[in-house]
Amino acid sequence: MSDTHAQTVSFVRESMIPQSPPPTGNRGAVLWLRENLFSGWLNILLTLVSLYVIWWALAHTMPWVFNGIWNAGSLSECREIRNATMGEGSSAACWAVLGDRWQQLMFGFYPRELYWRPVLALVIFLAAIAPVLFAQMPRRALWFTALSPFVMFWLLWGGSVWFPVSVGLGFVLGWAAWRALAPLAGNLVAVIVAALLPVIYWLYSAGPLARELEQAVALSIEYVPSQDFGGFMLSFIIGIAGIILSLPLGILLALGRQSDLFIINKISVGFIEIIRGVPLIVWLFTASLLLNYFLPPGTNFDLMLRVIIMVTLFAAAYIAEVVRGGLAALPKGQYEAADALGLDYWKAMRLIILPQALKISIPGIVNTFIGLFKDTTLVVFIGLFDPIGLSNAIRASVEWNGIYWELFVFIGLLFFICCFSMSRYSLYLEKKLQRGHK
Amino acid sequence: MTDTTTARTIDRSHMQVSDEVAIEISDMNKWYGAFHVLRDIDLTVYRGERIVICGPSGSGKSTLIRCINRLEEHQAGRIVVDGTELSSDLKNIDKIRSEVGMCFQHFNLFPHLTILENCTLAPIWVRKTPKREAEEIAMHFLEKVKIPEQAHKYPGQLSGGQQQRVAIARSLCMKPRIMLFDEPTSALDPEMIKEVLDTMIELAEEGMTMLCVTHEMGFARQVANRVIFMDQGQIVEQNEPEAFFKAPKSDRTKLFLSQILGH
Ligand SMILES: Nc1ncnc2c1ncn2[C@@H]1O[C@H](COP(=O)(O)OP(=O)(O)OP(=O)(O)O)[C@@H](O)[C@H]1O
Ligand SMILES: [Mg+2]
Repeated sequence: MSDTHAQTVSFVRESMIPQSPPPTGNRGAVLWLRENLFSGWLNILLTLVSLYVIWWALAHTMPWVFNGIWNAGSLSECREIRNATMGEGSSAACWAVLGDRWQQLMFGFYPRELYWRPVLALVIFLAAIAPVLFAQMPRRALWFTALSPFVMFWLLWGGSVWFPVSVGLGFVLGWAAWRALAPLAGNLVAVIVAALLPVIYWLYSAGPLARELEQAVALSIEYVPSQDFGGFMLSFIIGIAGIILSLPLGILLALGRQSDLFIINKISVGFIEIIRGVPLIVWLFTASLLLNYFLPPGTNFDLMLRVIIMVTLFAAAYIAEVVRGGLAALPKGQYEAADALGLDYWKAMRLIILPQALKISIPGIVNTFIGLFKDTTLVVFIGLFDPIGLSNAIRASVEWNGIYWELFVFIGLLFFICCFSMSRYSLYLEKKLQRGHK
Repeated sequence: MTDTTTARTIDRSHMQVSDEVAIEISDMNKWYGAFHVLRDIDLTVYRGERIVICGPSGSGKSTLIRCINRLEEHQAGRIVVDGTELSSDLKNIDKIRSEVGMCFQHFNLFPHLTILENCTLAPIWVRKTPKREAEEIAMHFLEKVKIPEQAHKYPGQLSGGQQQRVAIARSLCMKPRIMLFDEPTSALDPEMIKEVLDTMIELAEEGMTMLCVTHEMGFARQVANRVIFMDQGQIVEQNEPEAFFKAPKSDRTKLFLSQILGH
């Protein structure tokens, strides 16, 4: 650089002087404070009042949180320790209950020696969901995602490995039927057969097949009944299953509501309005009490499964409306351009309409998911042991009778972390898609 | 509305009208509810024709060309495209749509796909062309409309004229035998109008059968072999451009031309 300039230019600055900061009082925090908090009498007053309120709130809660007692076997022991160290009546949380009962809050009455199974299932879930959430992951990982529900099911409930395998075969069956029939009998027939065949198979053949296979090659782990499930594990299972199942169902309902086909349209509208118009708790009671009347006698339909179905249907109705909003927001020209290129209905939806409509609907969809996840706490009313139900159970024990806040703070915090991550993910996704196509 | 004439001379060597019928519309009627939009339309388009359709707003020009690829359904009469009659049979509709290209006033590119993906989508999913080959075809047509360098951008990053040229390329990738244009330049600034018209002229020079709703009378003079004037859902008058502009027969045409060409 300087070689070439040496002959032609008499002076060239060789190094740049770094930018110097503006004078103190004109920059950074001080400037920000002056401009935003102390610019005028009213603002100064409001700032001082707010500071006082914040200080007051913290002064009353922080000692309770940070003086908390972590080592005790019961609430009365907590109190004794507190009185001995901090004096009678001072404020201190008794976090010891979490240390004592966290396993119960997490797993309910799941057998202790089998805790590794739900934990492993969670790890598998996280690995399976990653390629769906983040497009950077290799696409082939989606095969693992498709298989993971069966593995997770087996880990959680246990029993013979052949049961999830034979259930999974139903999907293969449906897919094979569709592939075989679509070129011969047309799309509609193929779809109907591909939907019916697995259902018939599941109702009549899947069970016996699994039993036969188990007799041939016994491969099973200890079975854990649904009644033993509880705590956050229960919330997660119901919430996640509900979220994953309600999205496709909601999309189909939204498309159905837009459809010109009279019957499909009316069924979708009726379904959405009825499900949405009745409180979830009523549907949960329906699931726990009434469903047995409708089912053929003798069928023992797992309560948790019934709850998952109800929660799914409920969330799907909301998702359908959110997605419908997204569909309606697309200009008519997008539909026309897709038609004019000769794309059929499903291709137009899958390739053109839904990617755009879903992108618009992301905030609403995630909002519904967050609502669904929190609503899983309602299952306490039909006798399932979600975290709230367990906090009642813990309080019913002699040691921890009378403890409220500590448990609720913990439960609230865990729910908050989950919901907040969902909300952050939705922001990330929106930003990413925004960058993609402006 | 503007009279953008291109300076270049037009190569007419391939612009031949054959006597093979491309589109035959007979006695076609359409209603929107009680409103009679199209009345007794009879129109035969031969292969290689370049037809410009004009007329006042609301006269049914868009509706007419949208009936040809079944974006709108007609209620009476017959429309036969390339020997296939338009009926409610979905197979026929899909077949016709994949052979008839269409460009819209507002381009209607797919904003979530890149330019290249916009162009390869229909060949891949409708024609089942392998992706590689579809991309080669797409690049060929993007070069033809002179924007190959934009292939990996998104539609939102292009100017209006560029977007309309992409829309033309997107239709061409399906190798259509007929192209429909619905006011392709009326949403564009004057400089961009020219680049789009040039693309359309090139297409005409290659012998494409074109039906074009437009108010670009310069384009009509230079390229069209027939100009159709519509009013109140009817074809009022049709003629060769020379005669159409010099000696319009009906009063309505005269009035329309005097308004559109200025004083
Ligand atoms: N979907 C519809 N429902 C009811 N009426 C319609 C519909 N689409 C168009 N029309 C009416 O049909 C008539 C013809 O419309 P069309 O769009 O074909 O006119 P046009 O000649 O293309 O006009 P422009 O030059 O403004 O585009 C107009 O009066 C319009 O109001
Ligand atoms: Mg129009």
